[in-house]
Amino acid sequence: MADIDLLGAVNLALARAMQDDETIIVLGEDVGANGGVFRATDGLQEKFGATRVLDTPLAECAIAGIAVGVATQGFRPIAEIQFAGFIYPVIDQMLNHASRLRNRTRGRLSCPMVLRAPYGGGVHAPEHHSESPEALFAHIPGLRVVIPSSPQRAYGLLLAAIRNPDPVVFLEPKRLYHAFKEAVSDDGKELALDQPVCLRQGRDITLVTWGASTTEVLSAADQLETEGISVEVIDIATLSPLNDDPICASVEKTGRCVVVHEAVRTGGFGAEIVARIADRSLNSLLAPVRRVTGYDTVIPLPRLEAHYMPGQKQVVKAVREVMELS
Amino acid sequence: MNSKSNQAEPGDGAQPTDNGMTHVARFDVFCRQYIAPEGDVVADLPKVANDTELLTTLYRQMVLTRTFDQKAIALQRTGRLGTYASVLGQEAIGTGVASAMRDDDILLPSFREHGAQLQRGVTIRELLLYWGGDERGSDFSGPRHDFPVCIPVGSHFPHAAGAALAMKLRGSNNVAVVIAGDGATSKGEFYEALNIAGVWQLPLLVVIANNQWAISVSRKQQTRARTLAQKAIAAGIPGEQVDGNDAVAVYTATLEALEAIRAGQGPRLIEAMTYRLGDHTTADNASRYRDDEEVSHHWHEDPISRLRDYLTAQSCWTKEDEQSLLEECRGLVEAEADAYLATPAQAVSTMFDDLFEVLPDALKLQREQAIEAVQGDQNG
Repeated sequence: MADIDLLGAVNLALARAMQDDETIIVLGEDVGANGGVFRATDGLQEKFGATRVLDTPLAECAIAGIAVGVATQGFRPIAEIQFAGFIYPVIDQMLNHASRLRNRTRGRLSCPMVLRAPYGGGVHAPEHHSESPEALFAHIPGLRVVIPSSPQRAYGLLLAAIRNPDPVVFLEPKRLYHAFKEAVSDDGKELALDQPVCLRQGRDITLVTWGASTTEVLSAADQLETEGISVEVIDIATLSPLNDDPICASVEKTGRCVVVHEAVRTGGFGAEIVARIADRSLNSLLAPVRRVTGYDTVIPLPRLEAHYMPGQKQVVKAVREVMELS
Repeated sequence: MNSKSNQAEPGDGAQPTDNGMTHVARFDVFCRQYIAPEGDVVADLPKVANDTELLTTLYRQMVLTRTFDQKAIALQRTGRLGTYASVLGQEAIGTGVASAMRDDDILLPSFREHGAQLQRGVTIRELLLYWGGDERGSDFSGPRHDFPVCIPVGSHFPHAAGAALAMKLRGSNNVAVVIAGDGATSKGEFYEALNIAGVWQLPLLVVIANNQWAISVSRKQQTRARTLAQKAIAAGIPGEQVDGNDAVAVYTATLEALEAIRAGQGPRLIEAMTYRLGDHTTADNASRYRDDEEVSHHWHEDPISRLRDYLTAQSCWTKEDEQSLLEECRGLVEAEADAYLATPAQAVSTMFDDLFEVLPDALKLQREQAIEAVQGDQNG
C-alpha cells in the first residue's frame, strides 16, 4: 500500500474503475496523451486505449452533453472540465438534462455520469481558475455533489460516484492535489455517498466544512485544543443531497457551530447548513452559529488571494468569539 | 434532381493568382426537390417513388399527424391540454425522416416533432399526456432508447453526438437522428456537437426543420448565412437542403444520408425547407409579427395536399380513400384523446420517485410531507 497524494488517488480510482467496468469511458480536454493538465488521467489512454479515453475538442458544453447522451445508452462516462472556472457553460446540461432525465422519463432513461473538475483557490492560478462553484450545483435537484478532502476519501468517493446510477458532480480541491500523502489501498472499495464524516471528535463546538478547508479547520482545532477548547470537525463530503443527521447530532452535543467554506458567503452552501441547524437544533444552541467564508467578492488574482481565503486564524478567531458568546 | 453537397478538399481546384492569394477551398450546397406544389414532378423521381404503398403510407401518416395536431389544439383551447407547439405544415419532415429510420436508430426530437414521434411508435395518448403536463408521456412505448422532446432549444445536439458515440464504440451501424429548428442553429451546442461529430466521424444525422420562424424572429434575422446546411460544411460534414414539404424528397434524402452514415462515411446534415403555418405555440399570436399574406402564400406549398395531388394523378388515391382515411384518423385520435382524458393523475409521491434510482434518505421527509399535504387537502 503506497502513500499517495489526492491527485494520485483520483488517478488510481479512475484506473481501477475502468479496469473493473468496460462501459466506463473518460472524456475531456487534454485527458488523453497529455494525461490531463493536472495529470489526473495520466497513463489511462495508454492503458485503456483512445476509444475509452477521449480527447475532445475545446467545448465544455458538448463534453457534458455528450456524456449525457452516451450515458443514456449503457455507458458510464467520466467527463473532465479542466478548471471549475470553465464549468459554467456545463450548468445548462447538468441542470436541464443530466439531473432531470430519469425523472422526466419516469425512469426510462438514466444518466450515470460523473463530471469531474478541479476547483478552489490557493494555488496562485490565473484569473478564472480559482472559483468554488459548489453551491450552484447543490441547488440542482437530481444531482449529487461530492467533494473529497483526503487521498483516501478521493479514492473511495470517486469510485462510489462512478458506480452510482445517477449523475454526480465531483469537485476536486486542487489545493489538496499535492498537499499531503497517505496510504491508499487500491482495493476497489468505495466509501458511502450521502454520508458526512467526523474527522475529529470534540465536546465544545462543531466545525462543519468540506474540501480543502478541512486542512485549515483541522489545524485550527489543534490550536484551539491547546487553549482548552475541544473541537468536533465534520467533513460533509456529499453536499447534495445533504444528510444533516450527523451535523445536527453533533451540534446538539456541543451546542455551538461554525461553518467554514472557501466559496463566497451569500447563498453559499454554509447558509444551507446553518438553516438546517436552525430548523432542527435551535434549542440546543448555546451561541449564534457563525460562518467563516470567502468574501462576497470576486476571488482575487494571486497577489491578493491569500487575503480572500479563510485561513486557520479566521477559524480560530470565530470559534473564540462563539465560545465567549455562550 | 440528383443532388448532394460537395465539399472540396483544401487545395482542390487551387488557382494561383497574381495577387498572392490561392484558392484553397470551394463548397457548394444543393437543394433536393422531386414533387412541387400541386403534385408537379420537377425531377426524375427516385426509385422509392415506384413503391406506391410506401408513398400512401407516408401520406396516411402525415394526415394522422395533422389530425392529431388539430385535436391537440382543440383540447388546449378547451382547457384540457397545456401549451402546445403545432406542427402544422411541417408534417413531411417528421414522417419522412422517421420513416427512413430503423427501430434501433435513436431519435432525439425537438418539441415540434410529433410526426416523427408518432411514426416511431409513440402513441397519441402518450403525446397528449406529455403536452397535458404528465411526465408519463415521456415514458413512452415508442423505441425505449429514443429521447424525450427537448425544450431548451438546441441543447440536445450534444446528446445526439453522445448517443452516436455509444453506437460507434459498440461498433453497431445504427444512427442517432436529431431534429431541431432553424433557431437552434444559432446556438453554441449546435456548433460544438457538429464539430465533434465531424472530428470523431460519429454516426449522426442532424435534421434542421427550417420553418423560417423562431417564434417571432425570421430566418433572415437569425443568420446572415445563405443556407443553414453550409454550417455543417464548416465542420467538415456534408450538408444539403431538401424541400421539406416534399415527403418523397425528405424520405429519400434521409434514407441516402442514413445509408452513407451506416457505411461509415461520417455524419450528415439535412436542412429541410418548410414553413410554420401555425403559431409558435398555443400561447403565441403570430399575427403580431408576420403578415397573413405570407402565411397564405405558404399554404400553397402544403406537404399534404401536394402528395395527395401526386398520388391522385398517379391514380393511387381516390376521394373514397381520402374519406375513409379521414374517418380512420379521426376515430383513432378521438379514442386516444378519450384514453388520455381518462388517465388517472399520478400520485404526488412520483415527483420524488424517479429523481434518483434510490431515493436518498435526505429526501424521504420531504416526500412524506408532500404526501401529507395532499392528504390534508383531501381531508379538508
